[in-house]
Amino acid sequence: MTRLANAFAKPALVCFVTAGDGDTAANLDALVEGGADVIELGMPFTDPMADGPAIQEANIRSLAKGTTTADIFAIAAAFRARHPDTPLVLMGYANPMIRRGPEWFANQCEAAGVDGVICVDIPPEEDAALGPALRAKGVAPIRLATPTTDAARLPQVLNGSGGFLYYVSVAGITGKQQAAMASIEDAVARLKAATDIPVAVGFGVRTPEQASAIAKVADGVVVGSALVELVAEHGEDAPAALRELTSALAHAVHSAR
Amino acid sequence: MTDATTDTMTDRANSFRNQPDEQGHFGDYGGRYVAETLMPLVLDLEREYRAAQADPAFKAEFDDLLEHYVGRPSPLYFAERLTDALGGAQVWFKRDELNHTGAHKINNCIGQILLAIRMGKTRIIAETGAGQHGVATATVCARFGLPCVIYMGATDVARQQPNVFRMKLLGAEVIPVTSGAATLKDAMNEGLRDWVANVHDTFYIIGTAAGPHPYPEMVRDFQSIIGIEARAQMLSRVGRLPDLLVACIGGGSNALGLFHPFLDDPEVKMLGVEAAGHGLDKAHAASLTGGAPGVLHGNKTYLLQDEDGQITEGHSISAGLDYPGIGPEHAWLKENGRVEYTSVTDDEALEGFQLLCRTEGIIPALEPSHAIAAVAKVAKTMPNDAIILANLCGRGDKDIFTVAEALGVEI
Repeated sequence: MTRLANAFAKPALVCFVTAGDGDTAANLDALVEGGADVIELGMPFTDPMADGPAIQEANIRSLAKGTTTADIFAIAAAFRARHPDTPLVLMGYANPMIRRGPEWFANQCEAAGVDGVICVDIPPEEDAALGPALRAKGVAPIRLATPTTDAARLPQVLNGSGGFLYYVSVAGITGKQQAAMASIEDAVARLKAATDIPVAVGFGVRTPEQASAIAKVADGVVVGSALVELVAEHGEDAPAALRELTSALAHAVHSAR
Repeated sequence: MTDATTDTMTDRANSFRNQPDEQGHFGDYGGRYVAETLMPLVLDLEREYRAAQADPAFKAEFDDLLEHYVGRPSPLYFAERLTDALGGAQVWFKRDELNHTGAHKINNCIGQILLAIRMGKTRIIAETGAGQHGVATATVCARFGLPCVIYMGATDVARQQPNVFRMKLLGAEVIPVTSGAATLKDAMNEGLRDWVANVHDTFYIIGTAAGPHPYPEMVRDFQSIIGIEARAQMLSRVGRLPDLLVACIGGGSNALGLFHPFLDDPEVKMLGVEAAGHGLDKAHAASLTGGAPGVLHGNKTYLLQDEDGQITEGHSISAGLDYPGIGPEHAWLKENGRVEYTSVTDDEALEGFQLLCRTEGIIPALEPSHAIAAVAKVAKTMPNDAIILANLCGRGDKDIFTVAEALGVEI
């Protein structure tokens, strides 16, 4: 079993923070201590067009501090050394990932112990830009499904995807409103009927109550903007606040069923 | 298979006009690098565009509006005094600055809003830099009675107040974008964020031949009226094709509009002119000359970026050329060598601007002033019977404040 498959053996809490925003190593440790099952490490980009204000600002804070791609892989590799069993996935946009070629990026992922990659702007139609290189190194290309992904299109999204399927529950950007629970339940049922890989639900999930409701039907719950806002508020002192929120979310997710 | 069929297939294989492929790729460039939420939309847009292309009624309405609303065909004009001043090749201009709204942008907006209406969309969004595409979009929205939201970088809102007011007069809502560097690329990010959240009712009118497939192809097709007219006008006026086409390039829609109908005429050379800003070793907006391939705003193309793939800011005195990318078809035309690309600095463009004012009584926009500066350099190296055709893609009324400031004049 891979780290990701293990993590989703029970309902999993997936926690996102942006690399280079605040004391990232301490932030990641706090997420794990709070009970996060999977870590999503955001790669900052100058033009994060799928993100709302909270994550946009985190990208700007990180890049203003001079965060480089090398720094991000150093953060990932150090995390892997401290937490050998916690899956870590990178999330970001295509251009920083393919800048030095997809093989270079996949090699770096493998060397740093990165389990999967979520690339927002490489849909299955453009898989050749990164997917083959990741799969060749055993790094899972994690695809996104959305409310606009219809039944006819879903097989194409699933073909070649790995790790887990990230269901974006609202047509919109990160950190905004949550979708109605009924629509999430319907969508997750539809997705799970089409694939054996775990289905995690994100976008707009902020509270333990929301997380608990989603964990009743899905394999995982993704929380990002609410955590990133804590980093914005507390800066270098964010770990305590992150640990507290993560702990509440983890309890809600793990006791949902 | 008959010989004729074989010939046709060979012609197609050898054509520069057969791009993009079915996946929207121009060689390695182009494509559909968008979030999954938008993917079904761009596929739907492509289906609807193909249906519109096959519908004679769509073309008839497009042509009718271009003639009676935009004022096409635009004139083909021999710039005799400029030719004499430069001393070399004859310089001709395609006068797209005489279009309604004063630039070529309106051609594309007419096409896209007809498509939006055909698709049953009830709300229009667009991004704008200098405001020309925003004004053209607001214009067609007023003409067809659709609500219009224009995203514009807060920096550009501050320095392009006349165009902001024009858009508001036309009934558009102008939303200043403060994220990132608050310029054109950030306005485009915000347009994409709006689109992704309003997929059911909203049509995004992209202003240049860039973005996810089918936008680069579609914008090129709508703008190709420039080259189609120019080619016929040239043959009718002088009985032959020009030796050299010249056009400025930001995203590259006016250049593709002129170039595309001539791509398979091997005797016609083409020169695309990017903005070198303060110089290629300083702040500039020359993505092909000074950038590298990457992915931004839905397509793979040449981008201004650092070694980690972070996008860097473009600079040009012309806000319409101030974008860190370029349409993917230009990236392909550069790599296969069919079009040559050069760049012109702010100072050279200002000289071109003043030269055309004084020799021809035409105040050009700063964007085609780059093309004029390039023409001034190459005309004198060509014989007197050679013909250069440059696209005068916009008029300069919007730029007089910028030019006055650059020349140290208070108005």
